[in-house]
Amino acid sequence: MKTLHSKAFRRRARQLLATASVVAAALAFANTASAQTLTIESWRNDDADVWNTKIIPAFNKKHPNIKVQFKADPPTEYNAALNARLAGGTAGDLITCRPFDASLDLFKKGSLVSVNDVKGLENFSDVAKSAWSTDDGKTTFCMPMASVIHGFVYNKEIFDELKLTPPKTVAEFHAVLDKIKADGKYTPIAMGTADQWEAATMGLQNIGVNYWKGEEGRKALIEGKQKFTDKPYVDAFKELASWAPYMGDGYKAQKYPDTQNLFTLGRAAIYPAGSWDVPIFRKQADFEFDAFAPPVVNAGDKCYISDHTDIAIGINAKSQNMDAAKTFLSWVASPEFAEIYANELPGFFPLSKAKVEVKDPVAAKFVGWRGTCESSIRNSYQILSRGTPNLENELWNVSAQVMNGAMKPEEAAKKAQDGLASWYEPQKK
Amino acid sequence: MTDITASSVPVTDVVPTRSRFSIHIAVFLAPALAIYTLFSIYPLIDTIRLSLYAGDETGARSFVGLQNFYTLLTDPNWSGQFWNAFSNNLIFFAIHMVVQNGIGLGLAMLLSLPRLTGGSVYRTLIFLPTMLSVVIIGFIWQLMLNPLWGIAPSLLKAAGLGSLFGPWLGQESTALLTVSLISVWQFVGIPMMLIYAALLNIPDDLLDAATVDGAGPFSVFWFVRLPLILPTLGVVSVLTFVANFNAFDLIYAIKGALAGPNFSTDILGTFFYRTFFGFQLQVGSPTMGAAVATAMLIIILIGVLIYLFGVQRKLQRHSF
Repeated sequence: MKTLHSKAFRRRARQLLATASVVAAALAFANTASAQTLTIESWRNDDADVWNTKIIPAFNKKHPNIKVQFKADPPTEYNAALNARLAGGTAGDLITCRPFDASLDLFKKGSLVSVNDVKGLENFSDVAKSAWSTDDGKTTFCMPMASVIHGFVYNKEIFDELKLTPPKTVAEFHAVLDKIKADGKYTPIAMGTADQWEAATMGLQNIGVNYWKGEEGRKALIEGKQKFTDKPYVDAFKELASWAPYMGDGYKAQKYPDTQNLFTLGRAAIYPAGSWDVPIFRKQADFEFDAFAPPVVNAGDKCYISDHTDIAIGINAKSQNMDAAKTFLSWVASPEFAEIYANELPGFFPLSKAKVEVKDPVAAKFVGWRGTCESSIRNSYQILSRGTPNLENELWNVSAQVMNGAMKPEEAAKKAQDGLASWYEPQKK
Repeated sequence: MTDITASSVPVTDVVPTRSRFSIHIAVFLAPALAIYTLFSIYPLIDTIRLSLYAGDETGARSFVGLQNFYTLLTDPNWSGQFWNAFSNNLIFFAIHMVVQNGIGLGLAMLLSLPRLTGGSVYRTLIFLPTMLSVVIIGFIWQLMLNPLWGIAPSLLKAAGLGSLFGPWLGQESTALLTVSLISVWQFVGIPMMLIYAALLNIPDDLLDAATVDGAGPFSVFWFVRLPLILPTLGVVSVLTFVANFNAFDLIYAIKGALAGPNFSTDILGTFFYRTFFGFQLQVGSPTMGAAVATAMLIIILIGVLIYLFGVQRKLQRHSF
């Protein structure tokens, strides 16, 4: 009885072993077959189509031997999923880089390699590279791809109907809002606070640059020369608070897709925008729309825009196809890529020095502000969001609360400052 | 509920050549034990181990003892969030205990009415949401409660009660309650089913005897049925407790990992997610996350122990 059992058991074990070895062989074969395939990790699942039908084919015309695969996660899950895959050694060869600390962290942990030696990096300015360089600026670990610009998109038909002109100053902006509100047919500002980031990004960072004078204020915060409780920051929060009466019914529970729909359905006049909204509106809105830059405080003031370095691409340190990956990165740095990217995804603006013509008129308007206004990046991104509490999270929270009327502008400024000062040395004084 | 089968096997009948028996036990236990050890016990212990370490910026980890727990409970940046999440979780649990289990009990009573027609239809309908994905539940309820195009404001307006509507999911004062009630709506079928099964188990003789003795419907419920289903209510409570303190998905689906406004819907699950995986510019810390997870484990353990030693031992079980 016993021997019979053990015989059967041994037979089973042999079968199992045989199956296992077949599977292993199949896996090994699959590995060698895909030796020249590059996989891109990205959070831009909205752009998968453009990558697969335009960008990758264009690359393959020049480099037919290298296959490229685009693999995207939803934006909110990207960081977590990528970290898990990097830790498990299953991440793709090319990694789409978030700006600043998220990628710097990956570089320090040895997950990304330096791209200093990749041809084409010289096509980018220091500002463009700053988001993906070490603090001393010596090593760059991702090839910059694009930036996004904030501003306001407005419904041209509503503006024509109510005989309004795009405002240039804050006072004009409020006059326009009052007129739309008095008419009563349309929601003046399409914006909601339920997702919180809308309030911080499309609200505070969008208009704030005009208050804290772009790079000047951003650098002063990092050096500890300015505080969030200073007048420019409190004023920006105050302006934000004043939008509340102009926003839609129940804006406190309104989410980002609601906001987009409110505008594309023609029910709202002004939409505080990120330039990435332009291609979406192009598809969905059946009316003409245009854009105006964030209004300045006083007529004749110098204008600033949030021209935020947003997306880059780096190489997984564990990639088996290092050379192919570097070839791809050099191509990303080329004017050819910039041209395709800018026009297939209007609203993402190439960072390279190459002159690129943006064909979409509204997107072209956004990028045109680079010529007339000073560019700056979001003030919470570089260095200041390294500690606990996280400054970016705090700004989301307080901006939404200010717009909800749950917090006074001064309190919001104080909360942001206290949080920052609790761990950031230059701000502790 | 009955021990008849076990006690009816005469112990003395065991054949002395039962040495093979132990192999059988091992063989039959092995699959469950292996799977449970691999996917549950090992990760649990490894999480506790990880919570005693801290990582630096290069990713190297070093042993720090209870430092993470000390930070979690004493550093105002961490403890504020932790206790906020904990108290929100208590409220979340209290709402489930009162509303979900209360309604579940009521529905089970109604379903067990002897002259109810279409009982199985109701049963299925009420249980249906439990089987739907949380993402779908979150999406449907957000649509219904949407202030711009939801059905809730239009219905209230049609009834002339438009002024009662508010952006419930977006207000600090109402968001947690609203999310809790959505979760109650989804899961009310589970206590209902468990209690319904317990009610069906009560022999009619007992109820008839009580009625003959002159007890009204209320007395029958209060003095006969309720004591008999108390063990089930205990099980339902502990299931609710464990599920609520592990909850994450619905809040994440509706409010995101930052659980706004102003962290008013933040519970331990979302707090853990932010800590472990990071959020936007916040870089995740696996070691601190493990500390939060261990704290959650301890909280759940304390709750379950209170139930086991404080409640379950005092419960009388009846066999019919």
